[in-house]
Amino acid sequence: MPYPRYLKPSSIGEARALLAQTPNCHVLAGGTDLMVQLHTGQVRPNALLDVWGLEELKGITGPDGTLEIGAAEPYSAIIHSPLVARDLPVLADAARTIGTTQIQNRGTIGGNLATASPAGDTIPILLAADAIVITDRRAIPIGGFYTGYRTTVLQSDELIVRIRFPLDGRRIAFRKIGTRQAQAISKVVLAVCREPARIAIGSVAEIPLRATTAEGALAQGDVAGAVEAVAGDIRPIDDVRSTAAYRRAVTRNVLRRLLTD
Amino acid sequence: MITFTVNGNAVTVDASGARRLLDVLREDLGMTGTKEGCGEGECGACSVLIDSAVVNACLVAVGQVEGAEVLTVEGLERDGELAPLQRAFIDHGAAQCGICTPGMLLAAHALLARTPNPTAHDVRIAIAGNLCRCTGYTKIIEAILACRIRAT
Amino acid sequence: MAVPLSSPSGPESVGRSVPRRDGRAKVTGCARYTDDLVIPGAWYGRTVRSTVPRGRLARLTQDPAFDWSQVVVVTAEDIPGDNVVQLIRDDQPVLVERDIRHREEPIALLAAADRETLEAAVAHVSIEYERHPPVLDLADATGEHARLSIDKGDVDAALAAADIVVERTFRVGHQEQLYIEPQGAIAVPRDDGGVTIHGSLQCPYYVHRAVVRALALSEAQVVVIPAEVGGAFGGKEEYPSLVAIHAALLAIKAQRPVRLIYDRHEDIAATTKRHPGIIRHRTGVRRDGTLLAQDIEFTLDGGAYCTLSPVVLSRGAIHAAGPYACPNVRITGRALATNTPPNGAFRGFGAPQSQFASELMVEHVAEALGLSSVDLRRKWMLQVGDTTATGQRLTESVGTGLVLDAALANTPPGTDPTSPSLRHGRGMALVYHGSGFTGSGENDLSSRVALECTSEGTFRVLTAQTEIGQGTNTILAQIAADELGVSWEDVTVVVPDTSVVPNSGPTVASRTVMIVGGLVAQAAAELRTRLATERPPLRAEKVYRQPSWIHWDDASYRGDAYPAYAFACVVADVAVDMDTGEARITNLIAALDPGYAIHPTMAEGQVEGGVLQGIGWATLEEVKMDDGAYLNDRLATYIIPTALDAPPITTVLVDNPYSGGPFGAKGIGEIPMDCPAPAIVAAIHDATGVWLDELPATPEKILEALGA
Repeated sequence: MPYPRYLKPSSIGEARALLAQTPNCHVLAGGTDLMVQLHTGQVRPNALLDVWGLEELKGITGPDGTLEIGAAEPYSAIIHSPLVARDLPVLADAARTIGTTQIQNRGTIGGNLATASPAGDTIPILLAADAIVITDRRAIPIGGFYTGYRTTVLQSDELIVRIRFPLDGRRIAFRKIGTRQAQAISKVVLAVCREPARIAIGSVAEIPLRATTAEGALAQGDVAGAVEAVAGDIRPIDDVRSTAAYRRAVTRNVLRRLLTD
Repeated sequence: MITFTVNGNAVTVDASGARRLLDVLREDLGMTGTKEGCGEGECGACSVLIDSAVVNACLVAVGQVEGAEVLTVEGLERDGELAPLQRAFIDHGAAQCGICTPGMLLAAHALLARTPNPTAHDVRIAIAGNLCRCTGYTKIIEAILACRIRAT
Repeated sequence: MAVPLSSPSGPESVGRSVPRRDGRAKVTGCARYTDDLVIPGAWYGRTVRSTVPRGRLARLTQDPAFDWSQVVVVTAEDIPGDNVVQLIRDDQPVLVERDIRHREEPIALLAAADRETLEAAVAHVSIEYERHPPVLDLADATGEHARLSIDKGDVDAALAAADIVVERTFRVGHQEQLYIEPQGAIAVPRDDGGVTIHGSLQCPYYVHRAVVRALALSEAQVVVIPAEVGGAFGGKEEYPSLVAIHAALLAIKAQRPVRLIYDRHEDIAATTKRHPGIIRHRTGVRRDGTLLAQDIEFTLDGGAYCTLSPVVLSRGAIHAAGPYACPNVRITGRALATNTPPNGAFRGFGAPQSQFASELMVEHVAEALGLSSVDLRRKWMLQVGDTTATGQRLTESVGTGLVLDAALANTPPGTDPTSPSLRHGRGMALVYHGSGFTGSGENDLSSRVALECTSEGTFRVLTAQTEIGQGTNTILAQIAADELGVSWEDVTVVVPDTSVVPNSGPTVASRTVMIVGGLVAQAAAELRTRLATERPPLRAEKVYRQPSWIHWDDASYRGDAYPAYAFACVVADVAVDMDTGEARITNLIAALDPGYAIHPTMAEGQVEGGVLQGIGWATLEEVKMDDGAYLNDRLATYIIPTALDAPPITTVLVDNPYSGGPFGAKGIGEIPMDCPAPAIVAAIHDATGVWLDELPATPEKILEALGA
């Protein structure tokens, strides 16, 4: 199998043009997923479009009461960002649970969004924070981003540019239950906010989701009701990493802990 | 043609930019100190530094290191003198089978460059991406801690 | 505990942690592992494997549209010798002829000049099967690889007379060795029509014998040279024979060197694992705790082929009663056949499985009697003069009390709760492990070593022992140097190339230091004497004979199973998160009786590494299967401990010399694997009040047991 062509655009404009004119072209950022899939033959693109170095996809900024993270900014930049530490420290906490240093130095939120794994560790925080995915052509509220297992509303030539977090002082608690203490895929990952009521969970359905029934109870101040209801909001499965029963029980127990501690 | 530096030496390789940095190092440049343990970024045996950041060379397309500075285990020695970390790994029995050792050394090197006086927990975090099946990590952690520059 | 290194070497290196021989090469990246070897003109090889767990090979088709002129294909028809992987029983074929007994069974071999052509060729091979119903569950298995029984006293009468009989059944799962360097071999055709094998392997003479037989070559036509080995743990005891035969078949047919290097997925999917098992215990005691009888059924899943199952079963069964003196013991062992990939050698070799059960039985009996399990261990444990389950009377170097005391003396105070969801607990285990081959095994092996003094006055140790990280090349040099009365730096240990070294047996079974090191010491003593009157070059050779006091009967399984035993006691502290069932090992004390530690730092390294491998087996490494295939077939899903999962491990080595070992040393490679699992499960019970009977103790099982 010949290697795919390697394309390195120097601007978003060039990237868009290349994407539009190159059939079966995959976007490469930090490579933590794509390089594995390429090596094992799971994907066989004609070309790789390397956006890792695109300036427009970099930077952590705080315009107009928001926090914006460049889509190709690695997790280590989030971990070490003073702005994130001040405005959304839970995002850094979550970033520290991703893989290990090697992965944090390459993995990006943009990449996590694009691959649309239901286990993406930071995605529940995006859901709990009502984040907005800004692409080269539009702004997509995170709640409408996923369409199904590993699918999104992104068009085939659409590039994620930044992720915007509105800052309204909401306090988000985060907890990841992984297969081990580091370099772990989530069995369950939760981000919870009491005001406004947000209960966002990963690895318990085909997409990262918000537990809307439980959120309804929480909005009424009914913590016990939220804990009771959350099992009905999720659709966990048995897989190589855990069981549906475990994911259900842990979601309930940890939600209770996050809402009562 | 892709040009970058490896251990301070400029290199130019005639390779598809989509190839893994790991393969270019091992096969095109003949630098086999960087090991492949899994090919999916789980074991850390292929850890190298790119512009001082530790990464898995199996997950990097070589096109992405154009113009960058790559450090591999072969670059740790200076004028035939072992680096303090290398010496400490020998002295503390931190290398057994040795297949994880190059990656482990580079992860430790990156830690000490950023955090010269780490705690044992900092060390565990820093090498958590480097799997070792021989040592239980105990002597690796001891060796890295022995290279701390203690605040006086 | 760190042992400071003494820098300048001199005589008397034994007992000092001298710098390891291969240290510099390994920290500079210069050490050459199999895949690092540059062999000009070598082609790349690949194995085509079955995708059904049981059936018949109906047809193998090479797409006629593909250009096969650039590819070499090997099937069973191309095997010049016996289509058998030489080991214990001739049941495992090199390549499938007709019957398929497990997933990932090798069917054909391909080689090409470059990876792209090879990959394309693999895609143009199609295989049709006649699928047969597989046996996948140990409970459904009827075929038997091996059985044995050990009888001491009258178990039925003793159980009938007991005040209390405690009965319990335990289950343990697969475990992958997960050496970080995958399997691989490079075969290079020789001018004499034979083949030279470079590979990642533990036992060069096993590979040699297997290649000779399958390729119908003479012994001189096959040369096996281990490369640097990136971890083995038993996983490179028997499996490399298959890899090497495959590489050799391709190389001979292609008439050029062929590299057959597994990637991680293939390695996990196809190679041997630790045997899963079911262990049933009935233990009879008096109300005062006196141990009257142990009735043990020990059943292992051998997988599709026999491999080493009979000897794994044997070692596991012999250790199944634990390090305790019991007058009446019955152990029945069976290794059964299933249509899963064959299980094989893995550090501990059945003893971790059987002693997981025996140690937890101590806990259950103590609980039933309302006694402390520590006190019960003291009451039951083997002492000099006691006899084991096989009737072996122990006459020296019995370290049960030493290690138990040392572990307790180094155990810190308990931990106070730090978070509302965390519960802390502590557990202990006491285990033993025989050094060397079982029973008459070492006599049958008749290991040979040689020691040479060159005309330059330096010394060369020649053995077949491989450096797999454990420190063989350093330790054998220390032993020889001290017996010779020279600096250890004047002694080299040569690469175990089968055309150069005598056959000192495999690098397995905790035998290298005690058995082979003992022979090296004897050879050194002879050479030292001869050097007083003779001029170099000189060569001394020694052949192993079992001490005359050792008697063993293979038929009755009675007698002296091992010349000596290592002993270990661990205390494990765990913190269990009651919300998630996650059990973290927070601290671990391991006290170990190695007889005498030739190299204390390396001995500690064996303990620390083996303990963490045991922790992995006990807590994280759950193998799930579907239709005879491992679902955890990548490193992203086969989970081993990282540095953050590893507890601080404190190793305490106690001196307890064995008169038959070099400088008093016994073997300790495997015993560290035996001890963590039961201690952890006991600690989880101490923390939560629930008993688990099954490994691994995953959060899923703990939470289910908690009913939370």
